[in-house]
Amino acid sequence: MVIDNVNRLARRILAFAFLLSLAGTVQAQLQIEIVDGNPSALPIAVVPFEWLEEGYPPIDTVEQIVANDLYRSGLFDPMAVEDMPDRPADAEGIRFGTWRLLQVDYIVIGKVRTPADGQGHEIHYQLFDVHKQERLLSRITTVGPGDLRFGAHKVSDSIYEALTGVPGAFSTRIAYVTATGTGGETHYELVVADADGFGPQSIVGSPEPLLSPAWSPDGRRLAYVSFEQGNSAIYVQDVATGARELVSSGKGINGAPAFSPDGSKLALTLSRTGNPEIYVRDMASGLTKQIVQHWSIDTEPAWSPDGRYVYFTSDRAGRPQIYKVPAGGGNPERVTLEGEYNARASISPDGRKIAVAQGKGNEYRIAVWDIESERFTILTPGRMDESPSYAPNGSMILYATREGDRGVLSAVSADGSVRTRLILSEGDVREPAWSPVIR
Amino acid sequence: MKSAWRLTLALMITFTFAACKSTPEPVDEPAQVEEKPPVQVDTKPALDPRDYTNADNFDNPESLLSKRVIYFDFDKSTVLPQYRPIVEAHAAYLASSSSARMTLEGHADERGTREYNLGLGERRGNAVSGLMSAQGGRGSQMNVVSYGEERPTCRVSDEECWAMNRRVEIVYTAR
Repeated sequence: MVIDNVNRLARRILAFAFLLSLAGTVQAQLQIEIVDGNPSALPIAVVPFEWLEEGYPPIDTVEQIVANDLYRSGLFDPMAVEDMPDRPADAEGIRFGTWRLLQVDYIVIGKVRTPADGQGHEIHYQLFDVHKQERLLSRITTVGPGDLRFGAHKVSDSIYEALTGVPGAFSTRIAYVTATGTGGETHYELVVADADGFGPQSIVGSPEPLLSPAWSPDGRRLAYVSFEQGNSAIYVQDVATGARELVSSGKGINGAPAFSPDGSKLALTLSRTGNPEIYVRDMASGLTKQIVQHWSIDTEPAWSPDGRYVYFTSDRAGRPQIYKVPAGGGNPERVTLEGEYNARASISPDGRKIAVAQGKGNEYRIAVWDIESERFTILTPGRMDESPSYAPNGSMILYATREGDRGVLSAVSADGSVRTRLILSEGDVREPAWSPVIR
Repeated sequence: MKSAWRLTLALMITFTFAACKSTPEPVDEPAQVEEKPPVQVDTKPALDPRDYTNADNFDNPESLLSKRVIYFDFDKSTVLPQYRPIVEAHAAYLASSSSARMTLEGHADERGTREYNLGLGERRGNAVSGLMSAQGGRGSQMNVVSYGEERPTCRVSDEECWAMNRRVEIVYTAR
């Protein structure tokens, strides 16, 4: 009827008005707490960095940011500043015997000064093995004005790498979707924040559902699904400028975008043939090629790190399982061989493991399939865990879970030993996507 | 208080009289009461709830045309026998009104992944659409849109709530 049409039009105008309010600061902040700790976490002291710049140091100091990063990795147990016997800023000032008595294994000292050109910050820092009285690291990290937090995360990255052998992923970002309000009043936001949850920025807001954010390999763009036009549609948006491109909005489902490792292609799910199939779109030419064909639901494509294969979810054998197909198309091969429900694959950066949402009855957990040994390891307790997303260094998996009737984000270490919970102060948080390393 | 008692007494006497007198008269009295409503209904022809070509039945709770939600079993898209008559009623309406258009909004419960559930919602929408086509609706009159698990009507994680959310909503965009 006419009234229905008018309502629809009004809703679209409203949707457009909401979208005009793109890019705003999100009031709510993510908070992090460790749910299950690691008893063998390494004791480390991050001594307050000497502030040599003019004016006062920022409220969140470099050493606090570094200590927090190391703490939430679950692998480190940083000493509280008030428990420190002294605060050396130079190697000569470290009394190793005292620190050893306090059972500190590693010590980090540093200074922050303004570079010679007067722009930004120079973070000078050193890492010592207390027992061996040996310097493990001595570096200067230079960042632009306003990037001191980013610089501190870079310091965390190199300390983490020096002590674990794995590059840190603290200077990366996360994207996620929030839903606030209920029923017809629900408001959705696609948010980008630092990996520690700091500085959340809404990059899209809409009264219609948003889902499936996926980073481009350079970390500059996000592909996502939006229902703002009434049906699902895929957009690719520049995170910094907010400029966006409508990539797909055909009849049926337009979903599950995933950038290829070289960024030249976008795998996606389209149901224009009548049921969901996997397609690969060439970003330069806009040409789209169907790579699988089956009457079942085929969706949630994920690229192998070498770009040769696309993993996807299919219920062609009855229930959802993970399959893989050559990226140029071909015969799909079943990958997951255990479990009644395995979906939404996230491939580890080394290409050896596949994290999935695994369902058993009404319980959904994050499980990791080892491709070589063909075995699952269950990493999380459930019962509504989904959307796994590997950190770019493979050390952790970010995922969505429920607490009561509220969605929250959690991260679990790749071996399942440490879980951290990221809490947004209001609304439902879901659909996390960990960014690649931003250079 | 006194006057209240008097009124009660007066009423009791009246009723007693009425009760005594009523035996021959009840035929007349109901006839008088019934006379008014039929006058109003007579201004329109009687609405047959089974006339699925009549748009007035969309708002008639007696008619299947007023029912516009089809529910499904978990991870299934088969239209259950108890919902077939509803689908058939709307198919009959589509067949009778070539300008009628509807969107079949497919939904899933929260269990499982969001993108898979988009597929499941669409499959349910297609199942309803297919059944309507078999019953006389034309493909061009129906548009299937899947919302997956994104628009629940109920937000509690239990079986009762999940059952409410696994659904296809028939939304007329033109009647």
